[in-house]
Amino acid sequence: MVAREFFKSLGVSLWFMVLTFPLVAVRVNTIENTIQWRWANLAIVGVGAFVLSAVWRWALVRRETMLANAASGAGERSVRVWDSPVVTRTLGAALLVVFMGIPWLVSTYQTNILISFFLYVMLGIGLNIVVGVAGLLFLGYAAFYAIGAYAYALLNHYFGWGFWTVLPMGGVLAAVAGVLLAFPVLRLRGDYLAIVTLGFGEIVRLVLENWSDLTGGPSGISNIDRPGFFGQEMTVAGTNIYIYYIVFVAVLVTFVVAERLKDSRVGRALQALREDEIACEAMGIDRVGVKLMAFGLGTAWAGFAGVIFAAKTTFINPASFTFFESAIILSIVVLGGMGSNWGVILGAAFLVLLPEYMRAFSEYRMILFAAAMVLMMVFRPQGMIPARSKQYRIVDRELELSGE
Amino acid sequence: MDVQYFFELFLSGLTRGSIYALIAIGYTMVYGIIELINFAHGEIYMIGAFTGLIVAGILGTMGFPLPAILVLAVLVSMIYCAGYGYTIEKIAYKPLRQAGRLSPLISAIGMSLFLQNYVILVQTSDFVPFPSLIPEFAFLEPIAHIFASSDFLIVVVSAVLMAGLTLFIKYTKMGKAMRATAQNRKMAMLLGIDADRVISVTFIIGSALAAVGGVLIASHVGMVNFAIGFLAGIKAFTAAVLGGIGSLPGAMLGGLFLGLSESFGAGYISSDYEDVFAFSLLVIFLIFRPSGIMGKAKVEKV
Repeated sequence: MVAREFFKSLGVSLWFMVLTFPLVAVRVNTIENTIQWRWANLAIVGVGAFVLSAVWRWALVRRETMLANAASGAGERSVRVWDSPVVTRTLGAALLVVFMGIPWLVSTYQTNILISFFLYVMLGIGLNIVVGVAGLLFLGYAAFYAIGAYAYALLNHYFGWGFWTVLPMGGVLAAVAGVLLAFPVLRLRGDYLAIVTLGFGEIVRLVLENWSDLTGGPSGISNIDRPGFFGQEMTVAGTNIYIYYIVFVAVLVTFVVAERLKDSRVGRALQALREDEIACEAMGIDRVGVKLMAFGLGTAWAGFAGVIFAAKTTFINPASFTFFESAIILSIVVLGGMGSNWGVILGAAFLVLLPEYMRAFSEYRMILFAAAMVLMMVFRPQGMIPARSKQYRIVDRELELSGE
Repeated sequence: MDVQYFFELFLSGLTRGSIYALIAIGYTMVYGIIELINFAHGEIYMIGAFTGLIVAGILGTMGFPLPAILVLAVLVSMIYCAGYGYTIEKIAYKPLRQAGRLSPLISAIGMSLFLQNYVILVQTSDFVPFPSLIPEFAFLEPIAHIFASSDFLIVVVSAVLMAGLTLFIKYTKMGKAMRATAQNRKMAMLLGIDADRVISVTFIIGSALAAVGGVLIASHVGMVNFAIGFLAGIKAFTAAVLGGIGSLPGAMLGGLFLGLSESFGAGYISSDYEDVFAFSLLVIFLIFRPSGIMGKAKVEKV
């Protein structure tokens, strides 16, 4: 048994060494006509593939047994820590206190990292409404982030409008754009929808890049005003802390709204749509209306986040809103747990904070997250913190009373 | 209207279109059989170009003649890409066969990002010059300024490959099994068709064709980079949708249609918005005629 597994892993290892040989072991320079052989890399691939294939097969077997257990009802789901409201509330309160105090304790640089972490949390939660709750795969989310950011940058640049005036407008603009995009594509099935949103995202970016007269083209817009505080002059560090609190409050609002949305009438309709559209329509749910709502509710947050982003960096260009950005936001949602807002926070911590603090791994950042996306889908499609649907317990009053 | 300019655009559109068609075949075949948009397909094309570059580099220092290098680079890169396609299917898609629609799609996006970063890691993130492997044909001399021999070769090779594939699908046993699996996988399995094998072969063929496209276009353009697969992939997918996804002649027609409309759009309207043009076509088609030019509207039964 062990020997067989050993030879299987050996076979996989050999296969990968052969497969990756040209790309991994050779590097050519066609101008100077030189070849560089890198045999050491090949050895790494071989050993890595050997170990990973053994783990992979073990994990697949484990997945099968777990699926079988779940199907037969054996291995009843145990009570998880996350299920208890006491735990989540205490944790939430603790996080709240920590994040309230942090900007006074750490450097401007650290605060900046936290600001971008919060921006990603906001984006993740927004995308989660569309992808996680409503089950509509959305690949152009960065476009709405761009709409928010450019709304502030352009209005500020041409008309001198302030942050607080544009903030609500950015959200509304993004929501309107989301609904406008959603209108025609609602008839499409999941994967077509993914492609249309991807195409839309690219169109927005390309227009921003090429409409140089208005948007400054690839070089973007600089000298965007920072948010004002009742006309007070502030130092750079002070503004930074100020923006930190703005984005922190924005995240809180996003989080609370998204959490409340899930158990609301619309939220339940969305989750039902995700599970079965036809059954939903039969139950009298207005499919079009509810989906439009999902798009609008999801993209609005990207608009808000975009305005804050523009105010934070004071400089934006189309390079910040590529498909890559959409992919990062999507992987935050997927790794964290689709439909779960706590999951998004954890996912954003993994994708934004971890690489910042582990610089040594920054080279491997994206490849690891990409691999994690695949592995997550294969072994744990529900994500790190799975979403839970609200459970109702029906208590039979009379039985309880008579049973005393 | 300037006739020569028109022909110039037409021919460059033809070259582009043939490459789009070659890549689109991979999308459409995979979609036809397992209803999955294989996002990693564009990356296979990119890996094909890189493998071609490496083979050409090695053979170049050994002093092989140009035509031999070209043929060997294409062949080796086809074999390797077939291997990549096969492996990707086994890792990222096969374990998810039973798992709804969203999971394989996300897995595919993950795979695509993985391959891009893999190439960044083991090769480079910069643009790399690609040697010009395609020899100059003497008989094309008079029109070389509008239709270079690389254009000619791309169009001819694509046409030959597509004709070969059509015959393969139509007349071989495997081709028949593929068509049966595409129509109804369960039924095909009941009749003794090994669906897993059919799916593997689909990935292998699609990837090999993408590799040909990768090497030829890289030699034509003279540059490769890890990101070339993304744009080429979306455009090829657009071509597949235009033609009607799942339909082989549709993918070829869609590829040509997209290549020509891009070329004319860039030539007569504005070259800045060339890519916008392709994406808009995609969006418009998906909205108004999601079944494409050749596809049939699908009725979903409950």
